[in-house]
Amino acid sequence: MLGLSSFAALVVVLPLLLIFIHTTSHGLAFINLAFFTEMPKPVGEAGGGMANAIVGTLILIGLGSAFGVPIGVFSGVYLAEYGENRFAQIVRFLTDVLSGVPSIVVGVVAYTIIVLPMKQFSALAGGFALGILMIPTITRTTEEMMRLVPHSYREAGLALGIPQWKTTLRIVLRTALKGIATGILLSLARIAGETAPLLFTALGNRFWSTDVLHPMASLTVFIYDYARAPFEDWNNQAWAAALVLIALITALSLLFRFFSRSRFEGQNV
Amino acid sequence: MSARRAIARVLARYGISPVSQDGTNISDRLFRAGTFFFALLILVLAGVMVYQMVDGSSLSIREFGWKFVTSSIWDPVREEYGALPFVYGTLVSSLLALLLAVPLSIGVAVFLSELAPRWIERILSFMVELLAAIPSIVYGLWGMFVLVPWIREEVEPILSDHLGFLPLFEGAPYGFGMLAAGLILTVMIVPIVASISRDALRSVPRSQREAAYALGATKWESTILVMKYARSGIFGAALLGLGRALGETMAVTMVIGNRPIISASLFDPGYTMASVLANEFTEATTEMYLNALIEIALLLFTITIIVNILARLLMWTMTQNTAQGGRI
Repeated sequence: MLGLSSFAALVVVLPLLLIFIHTTSHGLAFINLAFFTEMPKPVGEAGGGMANAIVGTLILIGLGSAFGVPIGVFSGVYLAEYGENRFAQIVRFLTDVLSGVPSIVVGVVAYTIIVLPMKQFSALAGGFALGILMIPTITRTTEEMMRLVPHSYREAGLALGIPQWKTTLRIVLRTALKGIATGILLSLARIAGETAPLLFTALGNRFWSTDVLHPMASLTVFIYDYARAPFEDWNNQAWAAALVLIALITALSLLFRFFSRSRFEGQNV
Repeated sequence: MSARRAIARVLARYGISPVSQDGTNISDRLFRAGTFFFALLILVLAGVMVYQMVDGSSLSIREFGWKFVTSSIWDPVREEYGALPFVYGTLVSSLLALLLAVPLSIGVAVFLSELAPRWIERILSFMVELLAAIPSIVYGLWGMFVLVPWIREEVEPILSDHLGFLPLFEGAPYGFGMLAAGLILTVMIVPIVASISRDALRSVPRSQREAAYALGATKWESTILVMKYARSGIFGAALLGLGRALGETMAVTMVIGNRPIISASLFDPGYTMASVLANEFTEATTEMYLNALIEIALLLFTITIIVNILARLLMWTMTQNTAQGGRI
């Protein structure tokens, strides 16, 4: 049995190693300063970069957070502090359901809600889709983290005459803040790599644009377009972009590890 | 002071008194109402999503009815839409992945929870987490340029040499096709299935293992017992993996070949519901075309929701069982 299951473990880890090796070796060869600072070149011209896609990805993540973080955090606060009723049960169930909705379906919904009425593909629609994808993770972690805060904290606050809302915001939420930040980072790492919901919302753009009401480039859509293109030069740039994307996500999850570790160490209050 | 009282009187007329009977004051109520509003938004959002999809596909639902899922003709030029090839492609690629991923994941989960020393377990758990964090598009890129050529040149020739008499392995080795999609999905869902199965195995009470040993069971026998105990959790993990595979878009789109045909051979290209959305949504020029695509989204949504709810129910039974202290 030891043999069988260690074999299974090996088979599972192998693709991970292969993906990392391939992405690094293909990607590193084509990463240079120009990749970060220049715009995409027309077909046939060598070189060029993805400056607009990198900035676009950051803007899209920002838009998604602006929409997803407040809803996620405050609905989590509601579930943790006032969540002993039927309504809260339904909301909990729905967040579970939402977390299983395929991201492409969320893209379709963002298309019908924002792109169709505005008759324009836009970064705003992309950000909206990404925000929806963030909500379930943030809501659940916020609720769980706030529930971890000992009840005596709330009682101490109330005993000192602090109103309940202030106790919740200034004491309970602040104590749980690191855990909540972890959840937010986790969801950021997830949406940074999303492609499907952006295909027909933010669409992609070969030019520099920071206008949220117009199509916007993103690293992921760029990889998709460049990987399918029949030019070797473009395929190579797709690998480079994939490496940048993985680096971005790894940075986010390292931050996440840092936060989650210090949370447990700081629990000697 | 009098101004305050006047405001209080006005508010009281609308049922919002500054100090209520149970002692909560107005700011507490406002805060509660505020957070309630955000929680309500989630409810509204879910409702709007369903409404938008039903409304957006009403034309095609009325025009085709059930024929939409039973017809296999997808012809945007003649305005005929049947989604069967996509439903078939989604189900077959996901089930293939499940067939490969579940045994592997159980192996890994047993290794992690029952056998491996602590340090190996830590490294492996970290790697499994990393595997789950890689974006779908990177899997797709790797699949396109590494996995597909490997399948075309190594896997498919061997399979057709030895098992070519089966309809499953008939035809020319393209590389791009159902087999590639199944394999890439396997790689992608193993982390989630393995980590949830591991948690299920871990939640089996120690007393179960000790009891087995006390009765003279070997490590193998006791592990079988533990797996039996955790079976609803493992089954739930498999269903969650299935839900993930059904909705997976980018990686599959990049390796499955994207042709709306139904073929028994795993070597042939196929098409999934998610892929057709990814490829054709921006090209939908007519009203009916767009409606048909949104109906596919609705169909995919419904299937994944059902699978996910089943998975949650199963995992919930698992925790209930354990909480009751060990009835199998």
